[in-house]
Amino acid sequence: MLTSESLKRIDREIAKYPADQKQSAVMAALAIAQEEQGWLPSEAIESVANYLGMAPIAAYEVASFYNMYDLRPVGKYKVSVCTNLPCMLSGGVDAGEYLKQKLGIGYNETTPDGLITLKESECMGACGDAPVVIINNRRMCSWMQPEQIDKLLAELK
Amino acid sequence: MAILGAINPMLSVGLDGDNAWRLADYVKRGGYTALRRILEEKVSQGDVINEVKKSVLRGRGGAGFPTGLKWSFMPRSFPGDKYVVCNSDEGEPGTFKDRDILRYNPHSVIEGMAIAAYAMGAGRGYNYIHGEVWEIYQRFEEALDEARAAGFIGNDLLGSGFSFDLFAHHGYGAYICGEETALLESIEGKKGQPRFKPPFPASFGLYGKPTTINNTETFASIPYIMNLGGESYLEAGKANNGGTKLFSVSGHVNRPGNYEVPLGTPFATLLEMAGGMRAGRKLKACIPGGSSAPVVPAATMMDCTMDYDSISKAGSMLGSGAVIVMDETTCMVKALERLSFFYYEESCGQCTPCREGTSWLYKVVQRIEGGQGRSDDLELLASVTTNIMGRTICALGDAASMPVQSFIKHFRDEFAYHIEHRKCLVPVDVQRAGSGFFTATA
Repeated sequence: MLTSESLKRIDREIAKYPADQKQSAVMAALAIAQEEQGWLPSEAIESVANYLGMAPIAAYEVASFYNMYDLRPVGKYKVSVCTNLPCMLSGGVDAGEYLKQKLGIGYNETTPDGLITLKESECMGACGDAPVVIINNRRMCSWMQPEQIDKLLAELK
Repeated sequence: MAILGAINPMLSVGLDGDNAWRLADYVKRGGYTALRRILEEKVSQGDVINEVKKSVLRGRGGAGFPTGLKWSFMPRSFPGDKYVVCNSDEGEPGTFKDRDILRYNPHSVIEGMAIAAYAMGAGRGYNYIHGEVWEIYQRFEEALDEARAAGFIGNDLLGSGFSFDLFAHHGYGAYICGEETALLESIEGKKGQPRFKPPFPASFGLYGKPTTINNTETFASIPYIMNLGGESYLEAGKANNGGTKLFSVSGHVNRPGNYEVPLGTPFATLLEMAGGMRAGRKLKACIPGGSSAPVVPAATMMDCTMDYDSISKAGSMLGSGAVIVMDETTCMVKALERLSFFYYEESCGQCTPCREGTSWLYKVVQRIEGGQGRSDDLELLASVTTNIMGRTICALGDAASMPVQSFIKHFRDEFAYHIEHRKCLVPVDVQRAGSGFFTATA
C-alpha cells in the first residue's frame, strides 16, 4: 500500500546496510511511511514489515518505542515544543503556554479544523536556540518568541 | 546559531556559518591532508593509535574515556567485518555542539572516521544522527556524497587499497539511543534497549562484529590531532585533559551558544564569553556537563576550570560539556521536576529499578513542587535513588538519580520550604521574568 515513490526511497535506505540486514532500514522506512500517510496506521507498519521481511510485531515494537512516530492521527501540522530544563530557562515552557492559548488546545490535542496538533517534546539538541519548535518532525524553528510564534501560526493557516 | 566564540580554537577555525561546510572549503583549510598523508605514507595502524594516545583526547560524548585506549581494544588482526560508529544522537539536555559540528564542519567528522577505520581495520561505518535535527542529517548525507565522489570514502581510498564506506542513520526520538549499545540495537532495526556488558562492542558490536563507537566531536578532533601531533594537541589543553573542547552554554546567559576553549579554561572566562548573566542577575547554580551531571552551587562553580579533573573535584562531571546556567530566578524544585520528568519519559523500561524508580522520582518531586509534599519525602527520594543506582544495565538510572541527589544536597532548604509552606521560595512572577519570554521582543 506504500507508493512507488516511498518504496524507492526505502530501497535507498536498505542499500546502506549489509545485504542480510534489511531490518536496519526499518526506522527510515517507518518515517517515510509516516511522511506519506501523515501518521502510522497498523496497515502501514505491516506493509513496512512485509517489505523488509520482518515480523510485523517487530516493526510495531520500533514504531511504538521512538517518540517521533505517531500511532494515532495528528493534524496536518504537528507542532512540537521543547520544554526541557535548558529550554525552560529561556522560555520553552512559556512558549508552550502561549501556543496553547493561541490555538485554544492543550498538549496532545488537535485544533477542531484538524490543522494543528500540539505536542510537548524532549530535548531536541538545540538548547542554545530556545524556545525551539519543530514542525512535522522535519523543520526546526529557533528563538520562538511571541512575535515569531504569531508569524509561524499565520503561515500554517 | 553558530559557534559564537573561541580561544585558540582548532575545530572552529575558518568556519563561516553556513558558507564553509562544503568539501572544497574543508580542503582549503587543510582538510583531508591527514588522511591523505596516512594513506600515502602507509603510516602503521599502531602509529596512528599511538598519536591519539599521546594527545590524551578523552571521549567528548560524556564519559571522558581515553580515545586511543578505546581504539586499542579493537582486534586489529580480526579478519571479518568491523565497524566504526559515530554517536551523533545528541539528546543530553543542554548539549547542542555536535549539531553545529555536523552543520558547519561535517567533513572533519568524515575524515576522523576514515582515519579511525584505517587504524582499526574497519571497512564500514555509520553515523547515527539525532532524530530532531533532520536538516543536519540531510546536510551530512550531502557531505558523504561529496566525500565519496572525491575518493575520501568508498572503495580503494586514494588508490591505497584500503576501503571504507560510511553511511548516515537517522534516529527518531529516543534519548536512550545515546547509550552506545542501545544505539547499536537501534541501527540493527530494533527498539533501543541497552545490552548487557560484557561483551563490550569492541568484541561484539554492530551485527555481532567488533565495533568502536565515538562521539561526533571526538571523531572531528582526530584530523587536527594527526596534523598537529599528539603532543601539541595535549599541550593545547592541560595535563590529562588534551586539547580544546566545545562547550554548549544554555540557560540564563546573554549569549547562549557554543564556545570552543582549551580544557582548563576558567568557568568565569566561559561565562564572560557567553555574555555574562542575563539582565545582570546573580548566578545561583550550574549543571556543568549535561542534565545528568550533578548540579554545582555558584560559589563552587566560579572556582572551577572547565576540564574533566576540576569539575570532578567539584563533585560533578564535565560530561558532554553542556553548561546549563541558572540564576537566582530559578526554582530548584521546578528545575528538578522537569529533569525528573525527562528521565521518567525516557527510561527504556528494561530494568525494573529504573522503570519504576524514575516514575517514583518524578511523582514525588512533582508533588513537592505542586504543594503536596510530605515531611518524609526527601528521605523517600534519597532511598529511591540508592535503590536505582548501580542496579541497572546502563547509566540512565544513575543519570536520573544524580540530579535528585545533588539538587537536594545543595538546595535542601528550598525543598524543605516547599514542603513546609506548600509554595515556592522564589515568587512565581520572579521565575517568569527569568525566562525573558515576553520581554525579549519588547
